[in-house]
Amino acid sequence: MLAAAQYPLDWLEERSGLIGGLRYFLFRKVPGDSGWWHTLGSATLTAFLVQLGTGVILAMYYKPDPKSAYESVQHINNDVTLGWLVRGMHRWGASVFIILIFFHMARVFLFGAYKYPRELNWVVGVLLLPLALLEGFSGYLLPYDQTAYWATVVGININGTGPFIGPFLASFLRSGPEITGDTLSRFYSIHMLLLPGAILGLIGLHLYLVVRLGVSSPPWSPEAAGRERAEPPPVPGSGLVNPAPRGVTKRPD
Amino acid sequence: MEPQQGQGKPHLPPPSLWPIGFAIGIVCILVGLIVSWPAAAVGVAVTVVFGFLWVRDVTGGYRRRDIGTEPAVGGPESATEGAPAIPADRGEAAMPEPAPGERFPRSVFLEGATLGLGSVIAGIVTVPIVGFSIAPVFQHVHHDEIDLGPISNFKEGQYVVTTFLRDPSEGEISRRTAYIRNNGFLDNKPSFTVLSNRCAHLGCPVQPNGPMFDKQKLEETTKTGDVTLIPALPAGGFGCPCHGGQYDQEGNRTAGPPVRALDRYEFYIRNGRLAVGRTYSVSHVDGAGASAKIHKYKETGPGQHVDGPEQWFYPLQPPS
Repeated sequence: MLAAAQYPLDWLEERSGLIGGLRYFLFRKVPGDSGWWHTLGSATLTAFLVQLGTGVILAMYYKPDPKSAYESVQHINNDVTLGWLVRGMHRWGASVFIILIFFHMARVFLFGAYKYPRELNWVVGVLLLPLALLEGFSGYLLPYDQTAYWATVVGININGTGPFIGPFLASFLRSGPEITGDTLSRFYSIHMLLLPGAILGLIGLHLYLVVRLGVSSPPWSPEAAGRERAEPPPVPGSGLVNPAPRGVTKRPD
Repeated sequence: MEPQQGQGKPHLPPPSLWPIGFAIGIVCILVGLIVSWPAAAVGVAVTVVFGFLWVRDVTGGYRRRDIGTEPAVGGPESATEGAPAIPADRGEAAMPEPAPGERFPRSVFLEGATLGLGSVIAGIVTVPIVGFSIAPVFQHVHHDEIDLGPISNFKEGQYVVTTFLRDPSEGEISRRTAYIRNNGFLDNKPSFTVLSNRCAHLGCPVQPNGPMFDKQKLEETTKTGDVTLIPALPAGGFGCPCHGGQYDQEGNRTAGPPVRALDRYEFYIRNGRLAVGRTYSVSHVDGAGASAKIHKYKETGPGQHVDGPEQWFYPLQPPS
């Protein structure tokens, strides 16, 4: 019975190494006293995945055109089955995403988890933060009601007051000197193609560095922060259920 | 004992002036894109030359090392000098095994060709895409004169809240509002005050501080779209709902965050009808009505100073 379940996994592993890769990703050594604070990063990732999922569904109904944008949002809210729920998740999830980013950032800062050897991961996070804020800015226009329109006018004009390149930045965001239908489709494209792609790539890099460097232990931990990774189990196909025993390295005094 | 200099320090490339020239070239391109094409072309030339010199400088270490290994390539050959020549038909089998890390000029050439062609292709693909997305920034938008109907609709001394389509082909999204007051005649020519309702702080729509007489609303259909005219009495000037900017009846800022007076439209009288054209920015207005002295500037985005030392933060404006 077990062999029947094992065989396809071994088949896949032999040809792709995917199982080993998954084991490498999942069964890492984690400091024994890491706790709830360390879940904020995963929570942020989950919030982003919720935004991705709900956003893809919303894009099936939304029409990025000044004449029909508002109507299509009303259609999603009132007519489409559970449309109100999906739009609500996307709308409120956006705030949850941003709030969790800041909590995650505060945790990393207060735990000193940005220190050697994890500085580069902090830098990647610094790049992710404005991208997430830009997602909020570009998404705010899309319902195309009065709030959305005037908030975007103000947002673009704030960009316009930046010294030297500000007027050009504002013109770029507006796609010309005036807000037109092109502005809406431009924001839509930035919101659902450009920024999510960039965020996904940087999240990949962020996670790679987390897996490579390991989770840092909290500041009060007696264990050293950066520890050696255990060798993967030598026997291939020894299953997903027997991770390497957890070793403990004492913090050098 | 005196510590030896350079001990334990990483080997850094020597400082070089090429990146500075490269950066100057980039700046020249960017400025040239806005100001003039020849300047941009000079910038491209400077960038290419300095970029080439920079790359040559940076990769010099690697290339010199390649040259250094060349004698090693000849090493085994010289060792076989005394031996009888290898018959040509023995071919490759007779060739000595390459030393680890040994490079062959042909593979270096192929590597360079792949990278070079790849970057040329990437450039050819990228330039139109990026250009396509930033082109609207540098394009002039032509605005037709907008016909607002006969002058007789504007009573002398009365502000009229006028909405019209700025660009009839764009439709309702281009609907703009102007506060228009007939100032009577100046030197036998009709005089109008045509204020834009775009707040000079961050672009929200300013509102008249006083009653609007909705019952006297007029709707005109002109050749440039529907125009609505509502008389108003902005006794307290104009105010912005977003952040509380306040203006007097001439559009001068009186309180709040705006950095200058309200923008104005240029106006024309065509066969007894009022028409508006481009907008321009105003730092402030001295006097009032027909005899007002308007300190006029090129149209500038909201929140940007047109006078005072702060104006130097905005030396260039995209065409409008």
